[in-house]
Amino acid sequence: MRYLPLVLANLGRHKRRTFLTAVSVALALFLFASLRTVVTTIAAGAQFGSARRLVVTNATGIVFPLPIAYAGRLRTLPGVQAVSWANWFGGRYGDGKRFFATFAVDPASYLAMYPEIQLPPDQREAFLRERTSAIVGKRLLDVFGWRLGQDVTIQGTIFGGDWTFTIRGVYTPSDRVINDDMLIFRHDYFDERIQRAGIVGWYILQIDTPDNAAGIAKLVDDQFRNSSAATKTGTEQAFNASFATMWGNVSLLMNTIGMAVVFAILLVTANAMMMSARERTGEVAVLKTIGFSDRRLFGLVMLEAGVITLAGAVLGLGGAKLLYRATNFNGAGFLPGFDVSGPTLALGGVIALLLMLASGVVPAVRAARLPVVQALRHVE
Amino acid sequence: MKIPLVYNVRSVLQRPVSTALTALGIALVVAVFIGMLALANGFRTALVRTGSDRNVLVLRRGADSELSSGLARETASILAASPHIATGADGKPLVSPEVYVLVPLPKIFDTTQVANVVARGVGDQAWTVRSNVRVLEGRKPETGRSEICVGRRLVARFPHTGIGETMRFAGRDWTVVCHFAAGGSAFESEVWGENEQFMPVFRGQVFQSVTLRLSDPGAFEDAKRLLEGDKRMTVDVHRESDFYVQQSQLLGRILRILAFLITSIMAIGAVFGAVNTMYAAVASRAPEIGVLLTLGFHPRSILASFLVESAIIAAAGGAAGCLFALPINGIVTSTTNWASFSEIAFSFRVTPGLLLSGLVFAVVMGVLGGFFPARRAARVPVVQAIR
Repeated sequence: MRYLPLVLANLGRHKRRTFLTAVSVALALFLFASLRTVVTTIAAGAQFGSARRLVVTNATGIVFPLPIAYAGRLRTLPGVQAVSWANWFGGRYGDGKRFFATFAVDPASYLAMYPEIQLPPDQREAFLRERTSAIVGKRLLDVFGWRLGQDVTIQGTIFGGDWTFTIRGVYTPSDRVINDDMLIFRHDYFDERIQRAGIVGWYILQIDTPDNAAGIAKLVDDQFRNSSAATKTGTEQAFNASFATMWGNVSLLMNTIGMAVVFAILLVTANAMMMSARERTGEVAVLKTIGFSDRRLFGLVMLEAGVITLAGAVLGLGGAKLLYRATNFNGAGFLPGFDVSGPTLALGGVIALLLMLASGVVPAVRAARLPVVQALRHVE
Repeated sequence: MKIPLVYNVRSVLQRPVSTALTALGIALVVAVFIGMLALANGFRTALVRTGSDRNVLVLRRGADSELSSGLARETASILAASPHIATGADGKPLVSPEVYVLVPLPKIFDTTQVANVVARGVGDQAWTVRSNVRVLEGRKPETGRSEICVGRRLVARFPHTGIGETMRFAGRDWTVVCHFAAGGSAFESEVWGENEQFMPVFRGQVFQSVTLRLSDPGAFEDAKRLLEGDKRMTVDVHRESDFYVQQSQLLGRILRILAFLITSIMAIGAVFGAVNTMYAAVASRAPEIGVLLTLGFHPRSILASFLVESAIIAAAGGAAGCLFALPINGIVTSTTNWASFSEIAFSFRVTPGLLLSGLVFAVVMGVLGGFFPARRAARVPVVQAIR
């Protein structure tokens, strides 16, 4: 460590080069962290789901509804503690450019089953009392500049016409994976508006213990096998995972680009290190003459590379972490809970270390092996 | 007077490693740039090719996709009687009332992964209305039978899609009787059957859309006014080509923004690399520059010469980047189009225009990276430099 001043002095010789190289490393690691976080966020969404919740959908496909009459039969099944239901409602507000999720849910049972959706008690009461009320996520409220108590009119894309709801609650999710920009309204109002068609998008079952999940799922599907609509039952996690797989090859794409970015910057860093080393051939020879060992010179060059990549890593990874935190980024609702994770930061650190080794090794070996006499000839 | 180009080329060759590293860095940026835009391009092209400007797509008013639409049988009959419809060789109107649903199908390489595939129940005229659709192998499904035709892009990716095999969805078995192509469009990611077969097993007595062929493509506005003004139905009338372009916009825009964000950040890094390289070049060649100035070359020529040198390195990198990106042309990938919620397969499309913009991008990076070092070169103090 006592050679640190020497290393810093060397770095300070070409301040511009040192700065540009460190910033390149920072940009690369920033990009790496961002791309990696897209992958981890999608994966986290696929992992989310309480082990005690099962989701029942129409076996023909997610877009087909189930009869509301199933609720009563589901409740009587052994191991099922509570039943709730929801329906996807394609809604647009204003010019429709900002996408957000809209659901019709059975209010009391849904809120009871999802403690993750946190709502002040008085707002919860209001939602349970008023048929045309809705609750919205904090972010959605901010995006559209709505207020509590305001009437908002949503255009239905699946269930046509104008739907006006009174905002009676603003929820905050306790888990970042849950979207904070949804609009949730009441299924009984929904049903009334669609001429009591009695349809439900999917049921959610609360079960007594996760160990029984597979058994109960089979029980449900057997129960409705020969009904008008056969069911497909699975854990909530499997339900969410099926949405995550819809992204297709996104993960592969992100990882490939991430690798290209890192490699491109490796070239920049390695080039800078080699240029610095080449210019200092004479100095290295002098250092050797006054007794610096080969190994020490190797270490000095490596340390120099390390300082640059370390500075870049702190700047790039720290910047990514802080930026996404500060801006509360969520990919326009597609990537809820977007946050650079600890493992991603660690991986970024490892990459910085590899960058140091790869960019420093050639000049370091060259410095260590430098024949003194020859090199000194160049010294003026 | 201009400094000959050969001076730059020779200088570049004098320091091969440093030049190669810089060029390679630029090459990677260009490759990612082309690759990402080829992805966005391919996706957009697939959807653009789907619609024809001679066709009209009718949906329920307010529906933003076929999935969220619903049209009664009476509406379909009214539409079929519209005066603007072209008639086929057999004298029947070219109109296809369609059932549009999504069925979950497991993928062939990983059956735990399920994709929402479009199953489209079409009218008997559909094969004529969609002029880009043609049967590759087998015969069209016969009316009244549980037979389906599978889009070309689905064949290798989903099980039981071979001709003569049986696919099971919606609680029924369907015999695959043909494969069809549709000019690389989104139709190639669909399963087609007869509308009257699909209707009862899926969503009851409604069609999702009606597509009709105009006798005169120029009469679209007339047809739109007439049909949307008809009091017996509440519909939106879209030109089919416009509708599919609009379906590509959400994801297309995301891909494009992503491409520009990622490549511009990468480009900054690559430009910094070029800056470093060029400064080092200028520093090590100070005596040379001094000589050039003494010989009477104008500092402006020196500036131009170094800019050209930087541009040459970058252009070489750009060309390499184009070569790296070229093999991805035609690779098939798939994703969910969030606008329609269905899975669509498409291929990366590297176009000559895209390669050219990659090269231009590289040269811009080179010129940007070379400017300050070149200015430094032009300002080299002669006396000191030659000492």
